This record gives sequence, structure tokens and C-alpha cells, in this order.
Amino acid sequence: MEKKSFDIKKLTSSREMSLVLILIVLSLFIQLRNSSFLSITNINDLITNAVMLSILAVGMMFVLLIGGIDISIGSTIAFSGMAVALILRSNPGIPTILSFILGIIIGTLCGLLVGLIIAKGKVIPIIATLGLMNIFRGATYLIADNQWVAAYQLPEGLKAFATGKFLGINNMIIVAIVVYIIFAYFIKYTRTGRKIYAVGSNVDAAKVSGINIDRIKILVYSIMGGLSGLVSILWISKYASAQGDAATGIEMDVIAACVIGGVSLNGGKGTVLGVILGTVTLGILNNALPLINISPFWQDAIKGLVIIAAIIINTITQRTMDRNNLKRREI
Amino acid sequence: MGKTKRVITTAQEFSWKKFFLQWEWLLVLLFIGINIMNANLSPYYMNSSGLLTATSSFLEKAFIALPMAYILVLGEIDISVASTVALSSVIMGVSYNNLGIPMEIAVLICLATGTLCGFINGFILTKFKELAPMIVTLGTMILFRGIATMILKDQASGNFPMWFSEIYWGSIGNIPYMLIAFIVLAVAFGVVLHKTTFGRRVFAIGSNGIASRYSGIQVDKIRLLIYTLTGTMSAVTALFLTSRMGSTRPNIAQGYEMDAIAMVVLGGISTSGGKGRFVGAIISIFIIGFLRYGLGLVNVSSQVMLIVIGTLLICAVMIPNLNLGRFFKKKTAKTA
Repeated sequence: MEKKSFDIKKLTSSREMSLVLILIVLSLFIQLRNSSFLSITNINDLITNAVMLSILAVGMMFVLLIGGIDISIGSTIAFSGMAVALILRSNPGIPTILSFILGIIIGTLCGLLVGLIIAKGKVIPIIATLGLMNIFRGATYLIADNQWVAAYQLPEGLKAFATGKFLGINNMIIVAIVVYIIFAYFIKYTRTGRKIYAVGSNVDAAKVSGINIDRIKILVYSIMGGLSGLVSILWISKYASAQGDAATGIEMDVIAACVIGGVSLNGGKGTVLGVILGTVTLGILNNALPLINISPFWQDAIKGLVIIAAIIINTITQRTMDRNNLKRREI
Repeated sequence: MGKTKRVITTAQEFSWKKFFLQWEWLLVLLFIGINIMNANLSPYYMNSSGLLTATSSFLEKAFIALPMAYILVLGEIDISVASTVALSSVIMGVSYNNLGIPMEIAVLICLATGTLCGFINGFILTKFKELAPMIVTLGTMILFRGIATMILKDQASGNFPMWFSEIYWGSIGNIPYMLIAFIVLAVAFGVVLHKTTFGRRVFAIGSNGIASRYSGIQVDKIRLLIYTLTGTMSAVTALFLTSRMGSTRPNIAQGYEMDAIAMVVLGGISTSGGKGRFVGAIISIFIIGFLRYGLGLVNVSSQVMLIVIGTLLICAVMIPNLNLGRFFKKKTAKTA
């Protein structure tokens, strides 16, 4: 009796495990409907498409960990992508690595502005990023004079990056893996990383124990901005153009990936592994729905439903966990 | 949100200085300033028909701002309103055009759809109190517009009967029906918020939800009601918007949630809940509306408009937070 309840508890308490189960069932189901789903080419496509989402999801996890939210990232991507593309248009000689650095710098500056407004201006995150979402988007059109930078205006090296391979693996996937390793280490093993969790779990306790809350907030939003800047360059590299309406609405997908991966919106809860699994789930949804002949017009409705289902299931598991913990304490 | 300092003011003696140092007067000044600007920009602005045209250009959004004020007073947020507008409009269009339902009933279906959408938000939020309103309405925002896209794909649905376009374009004498409807509803919402027990309870929940619950206020019932009402009002917006455009598509009303929230927040209603006055929200509905109209008159592009509204939104929240008021009211600053 006791043993059985322990097993169930262990299963429900590990969200990653249940997500893996769901993923396996989902994949098998899709594979039965369309046998090309689990082919090497399709899996490669799936991962390459999910790369940008997964990089952003790491940053968003940090933001959600401290109980914030950032819906301005789509606009940040468009803005820094456009800014770099304009610089590249007038200076075609800039090497690829420098354009990445430029993108990250511009993105970080955008994120810094977000962080300053939230931490120093004391504006709640949803309002601040709602406003900045529009400001950055407007600024993108403004600096580009409503035009877009086309493929022939971008250097060859940058365009080749997205399709290039290193040790047989697509460059974009390598970038994502590097990002994941760095940030998984950062959040788990560095002092600042632990501070982020501390701020998210209990702001007051964190403040009393001497953590500078404002600084952590600014740092987290700057990281989010920097990762958006990185993605912006991957974006123009992949689509070989910079457009004013790039990445519109991507913030919703990113937040959805985090939520599906078990990151709590009340802060303090979430793991890098969960976020990866959440991104993969969303990637499969995006990739597989056309494969099993579901109209693209249905995608958003299904996505919305999945998000709502995910947050409700998360809440229910959380409640069961809390109840079990309470029970154990009583004994 | 818990760290904002609140001064509970009971009946204080009236002072002229304090009366004029209210946020609403700043808004009135801003409002006058924008009108002077607009009048200088266009010679056709400052007459009754010019002003009415300007008013009609934004008033349909303002119907969402009314219940949004209640939601912000609760200290919550609803970003699914624009999707609710789209979904109720699309369902109305489809029931009239594809299902052959008479337009009168289709209008009712539109209102019912909006109400249902709002109810779904409220239901999820009251059943699962741990969930942040932002994420729930984010989910329903994607879902509602997704359903609208599912139904109508990339098509439009129009050909409504003549009388339907009268809803927006019709008027009594010079005054459009929409303006009359807005005034009636705005007064009703304002009176309920400030002069009834219900309104006081909304403020109480916004100030301290747990204390309100313990003092016997049916917090969940009130929240559910307000979210449902927000859905209904979104459907009202859908009616006017569809009537104006004469057809509907799944991608209408993009960004309306931002305008509605900006209007309310600029009006001095605090995003952390429990504070604000309805008059402010009404004035700022007109400020933002006339500002947009005026910028449109001088051909300011919609991109710059995005920047202006975004900046206004952030500044409106940030300026009171920066505590500039301490220069004026040192005497009354009995914080905490």
C-alpha cells in the first residue's frame, strides 16, 4: 500500500517524466498516421525549426522564474535583426561572427531597457513589455523606412550559416546546444543563478537575505534581450532577409513552450530540461499537424487548447503534490 | 504587488490644493492640449461634425475599456478581449451567411459568444485560483482567435442587411447611436463602481483579496461576473466594429487589448489593484482617441503611432510610481 502510493507520487512529482511519456505517445500516434514522421530528414527539420524557439525559451524561463513576463521579444528580434541587417547592407564586409556580436549587443540593450523600466520604474512586467512591444515594433519599421532588407543585400557568409554544418550537425543546432549548456550550468551552479531561483520563490526572503532584487531583474531581462538578439541573427540567416513584421507573435509560442515544460508563472519553478521538452512538444505540434492532414487554420486553436490544458494539468499535479507533502508531514 | 504602500483615506477635510493636485486634472489639461493641437492641424476639426467623426473613430474600442477598468481595479488583467471580439464577430457572420439565421438572432448569438468567452476566462480563473490571469487569458487569446480562424479560414464574411450597418453609422439627429450607447454604459459602469456596494467590494478585492474573502465577500462570484461582463462588452465592440466595416474576418481587432488597457491605465487606475477613479479612465479614452485621430490628420504613420501609444502607456504607469508626488504632499505622506 505504502509502496504503491510512493510510486504514483514519484511519477506525478516528476513532471519531466510525464512529459516524456506524453511525447512518446504523441509521436507513436503521429507515426501510425504518417510513417514519414520519424524519418531522419523530418526529425532534422523538426529540430532545426525548433532551435530558435528553444533558445528563446531558456531566456523566458529565467524571466518566468522571477515571476515576470516578457512579451516584447518578438519585437526585439525584429528590431535587432533589422538594425544588424541595415548595418550589413551598408558594410557588406562585416564577418559573420561580428554580426552575431552586434545582434547580441543590440538585443541586450533592448532587454536592459525593459529591465530598467520594470525594476527602476516599477511598472508591472506585462504593461512594460506590452508598451515596449509596440515601441520596438514601431522603431523597426521606422529605422528601415518601411522596407525590408532582401537576400541579395546580405553577405553570403551569414546566409550560409543557417544551412552550414559543423561535424555533420547543423550550425543552428550547435548554437542552441552551446546556449543550453552555458545556461544550464549558469542557473544550477553559479551564485547568480541560484539567486534567480531565490528571487522567484520568495521575493521578501531574498531581499532580507541581501539579494539586490532590482539587479537580478535587470540582469534577467537583459539575458532575455541578449538571447533575442542572438535569435534575430539566426532569423535573418535562416530566412535570408530582415522584415519589419518578423517574429510577430513568437512570444506566445515561447511562453507556451515554457508553460508546457512545467515552468510556473508564479515564479520559482522550472528546469532547463523541462523547457527543452516543452519546446519539443510544441515543435512536434507545429511539425506534425500538417503531416496528419490537419488544416493549418486549425493550428492556433489546437495550440491554445494545449496551452490551457497544460497549465490546468500543471495546477492539478501541483495540488496533488502539495496534498501529498502535507500528508507526509502529518504522519 | 504586495509592497505598494497604501494610505487608507477616510473622510478628510476638503482642501483646494489637494483637489487640484489630482491625476484627473492632469488628464483634463492633456485633453485640452491635444484638442488645441488637433484644431491647429485641421480647420475642419473644431466643429460638431468634425468632433463627432473623431469620436466615432475610436469609440468602439472604448466599450472594452469600461469593464477592463473593473478588471484592473481587481488587480488582474485580461488580454484575450481582442480575440473575443474577433470570435464573436466571426460567429455572427457565419451564422447569418452560412447557417441562414436571421440577423436579429445572429446579433444575439454574437453577444452570447462574447459572454461565453468571458465566462470561460472567469471560470478557469476562479476554479484554479493559483493561475495568473495573464497566462490564462494568453491561452484563451490564442484559442479564441484560433477558433475564429478555424471557422472562417482566410475568408471574409459580409453582406449584412442594411439595418445592421445603421448600428454604427446611424444617428439620432447629429448624435450617433454608438455615442449614446457609450454614454449610457459609461455612466452605468461608473455609478456601479463608485456608488454601490458591489463597486466597493471590487475595490476591496483589489486592495486585499484574502481579507475580502475573510470578511465575507464572495470574491469568486464577483470575479466570475466581471470576466463574463468583459466578454459581453467585447461582443458589443464586435457589433459596432462589424457594422462599421460591413464584413468580418478572423484577424479583426488586432491590438485592441493594448488600446483598452492603455486607456484605463492612463486614466490613473493602478495595475496593482484597488486604486483609481472611473472618470480618469473616461477622460483618457478620449485623450488616446483624439491623439490617434490628430496624429492621423497629419499623416503620422501607424508605426509612429505604435511608438507614441506604447510610450504613453509606460509613462502613465511609471510617472506615479516614481513618486514625484512627494514634492507636493509632504504633509499627507503618512505611508505605512
